[in-house]
Amino acid sequence: MLKDLRSAALAVLVFTVLCGLAYPLAITGAAEVLVPGKSKGSLVQDEEGRTVGSRLIGQDFSARDDLFQSRPSVTGYSASATYFNNRGPNQATLAVQQRRFALDYAEREGIRVSEVPADAATTSASGVDPQISVENARIQARRVARATGLPRQRVDELVEEHTDGRGLGVFGEPGVNVLMLNLAVEEER
Amino acid sequence: MTAAGWIQIAVFVAVLTALTPLLGGYLARVLQGEPVALDRVLGPVERGILRGLGPQTQAEQDWKRYARSILLFNLAGFVVLYAILRTQTLHPFNPQDLSSPPWDLSFNTAASFVANTNWQFYGGETTLSSFSQMAGLTTQNFLSAAVGIAVVAAVIRGFARRSTTSLGNAYVDLTRTTLYVLLPISAIAALFLVTQGAIQNLDAYKTVNAFVGGGAEQTLGMGPAASQEAIKMLGTNGGGFFNVNAAMPFSNPSGMTNVVLMLLILLIPAALTNTFGRMVGSRRQGWAIYAAMATMFLIGCVVLYVAESHGTPAMQAAGIHGPNLEGKETRFGIGSSSLFAVVTTVASCGAVNAAMESLTGIGSAIPLANMMTGEVIFGGVGSGLYGMLLFVLLAVFLAGLMVGRTPEYLGKKIGAREIKLVAVGTLAVPLIVLALTALAIGTKYGDASIFNEGPQGFSETLYAYTSQANNNGSAMAGYTGFLQPNGNNDGTLSVTFANLMGGLAMLFGRFLPMVAALAVAGSLAGKRVTPAGPGTMRTDTPTFVVLLIGSVILVALLTFVPALLLGPVAQGLTDSLF
Repeated sequence: MLKDLRSAALAVLVFTVLCGLAYPLAITGAAEVLVPGKSKGSLVQDEEGRTVGSRLIGQDFSARDDLFQSRPSVTGYSASATYFNNRGPNQATLAVQQRRFALDYAEREGIRVSEVPADAATTSASGVDPQISVENARIQARRVARATGLPRQRVDELVEEHTDGRGLGVFGEPGVNVLMLNLAVEEER
Repeated sequence: MTAAGWIQIAVFVAVLTALTPLLGGYLARVLQGEPVALDRVLGPVERGILRGLGPQTQAEQDWKRYARSILLFNLAGFVVLYAILRTQTLHPFNPQDLSSPPWDLSFNTAASFVANTNWQFYGGETTLSSFSQMAGLTTQNFLSAAVGIAVVAAVIRGFARRSTTSLGNAYVDLTRTTLYVLLPISAIAALFLVTQGAIQNLDAYKTVNAFVGGGAEQTLGMGPAASQEAIKMLGTNGGGFFNVNAAMPFSNPSGMTNVVLMLLILLIPAALTNTFGRMVGSRRQGWAIYAAMATMFLIGCVVLYVAESHGTPAMQAAGIHGPNLEGKETRFGIGSSSLFAVVTTVASCGAVNAAMESLTGIGSAIPLANMMTGEVIFGGVGSGLYGMLLFVLLAVFLAGLMVGRTPEYLGKKIGAREIKLVAVGTLAVPLIVLALTALAIGTKYGDASIFNEGPQGFSETLYAYTSQANNNGSAMAGYTGFLQPNGNNDGTLSVTFANLMGGLAMLFGRFLPMVAALAVAGSLAGKRVTPAGPGTMRTDTPTFVVLLIGSVILVALLTFVPALLLGPVAQGLTDSLF
């Protein structure tokens, strides 16, 4: 029994070194060599070389009515303290939230509430969804073209360029990366 | 619902089925001590570790000794993990200066990771340092998975061997599984994930001036996420590096990584059915079990996908149309989120890429039902198969009762002792779930954890104990055991009742069925094999597959229908808001 316990304790220590330190540190080292940018968060720079975020992490653009808007977030787009909205499908508080998101969106885009795409009135899981649906982006393209003075056709092209398709054509859903799209819009102006 | 969504499900099952015999064959070689290609590199490491661990690692063990070694190994793992968590401030790689979690949360977390559950009352990036995540959690991600595979290897030997008491050696199985299976596949998967954008570093959190300017800032959580993400899926652990788990783009950046993660979850549980077939000398027996699992899995996929493709009562009240995208990421949409929710709950993984709390009423019944089967539809690595083998014995027994013959499986007669142990192994966990749910709902102690109103509040509680006792670990995350508003432990709220009861549910839910399965194996190993005669019921036919599915569903239904009616079903049948 005692010998068994000694072997067990020793085994845990050996595997802690192997699986808990050697393995993650080796992967960290390899990642740093192979894909230094990605392993450190896929950071993006603007035209002037300032780091303005990560291409994988959604941001709040609501202070800029001339740009594309992310999906709503109840976490303040926090990428260092993430949490779910956690309101069940029949919660009155969820209906109130979604109604407010839908009204804001409809007013900004000048459409009826019933035309608001579902992703624009619902929060994502992470609270930092970097993407919006293609339908959502096409609706916003009208406003962005008007506000920035860019030709509508050009804005539509930019939306197209920043749409990530499904993996191998099957896995996942297409989505438009809002930060990358907004950077492109700013560059065009 | 889209064509791409359905094609994704079909392709996923096809790829999984194709990989099953490949990995199944490899696992059989590893578990039977046969040479594998990695011997050249890892052979000396294996021999060195086993020699270092002492004479315990040399001898064949009977079921009691095997179980003792496994339990002591887990005890040691629990103590080490608890100690690491409680002394977090003393360790390196803590750039955010996170303080040590309180005792009750540490108990829950240590129990959770040792029991291959990875239920999380804490939020990864706000509570734990990179050292705790690596040395504490990543280690147990490996070891709890290795324990599951080691035990199922011993159980399979019980079915395969004759007139013996020995089931193998726990230390040999643990070491070979970790070195030849878990580490190499995890390393490849982790490297793939970083090339797709998953992060892997030891940096402090980065604060950037956000794009809109005007002083707006955004802080990005950093850390060794990819290495943990890989083994968390492969070992059906499920504990997220980040609080929002695999919904976080830094963990799961694209539809492509998402499908790889889903495959990693089911890879070993599916392959082990094939390993079983090979080790007992009839691959058809393995495929029969695979067929039963795959059928139940597909039913869940269809129901959940259809359910989530519709709106919710809240959306209706808000006047918006479309599918239930609340709590789902754009890159996964309804299709990949629904499939993930089924994959993660048929396996006892519990990682999520969408918010379980936000599923539709009927949608949320599927994860619950998957877990309520006792996690035997593929299930956890190892634990899924030994759980399913208990149901196989039950199905054989029920069939024997119907036709009035002595039940036998693989030529071995099933007696009263085995059936009693099967009853313990299959009914202990449901009992824990219902008792703790009743305790939490019926007394004031459970109230502090409930976040949602109406039937959803009940569903949250039921989900919490179902998930913990069955070692799944996914959550309707409104259910609270620990609150950490500002990323520091000051002023946090810890619900001791939820942490303690949950921790106990995970430990008993893990080790009761495990010991029962080992005891069954010990008793079967001693039996002789009688050759199949004309009256022998075949267990590798579609008829038996149906019988097996029936037995699983019967036990789950009889136990849980009332509870399911009170929560998800009540919710799915009404448009009222609460």
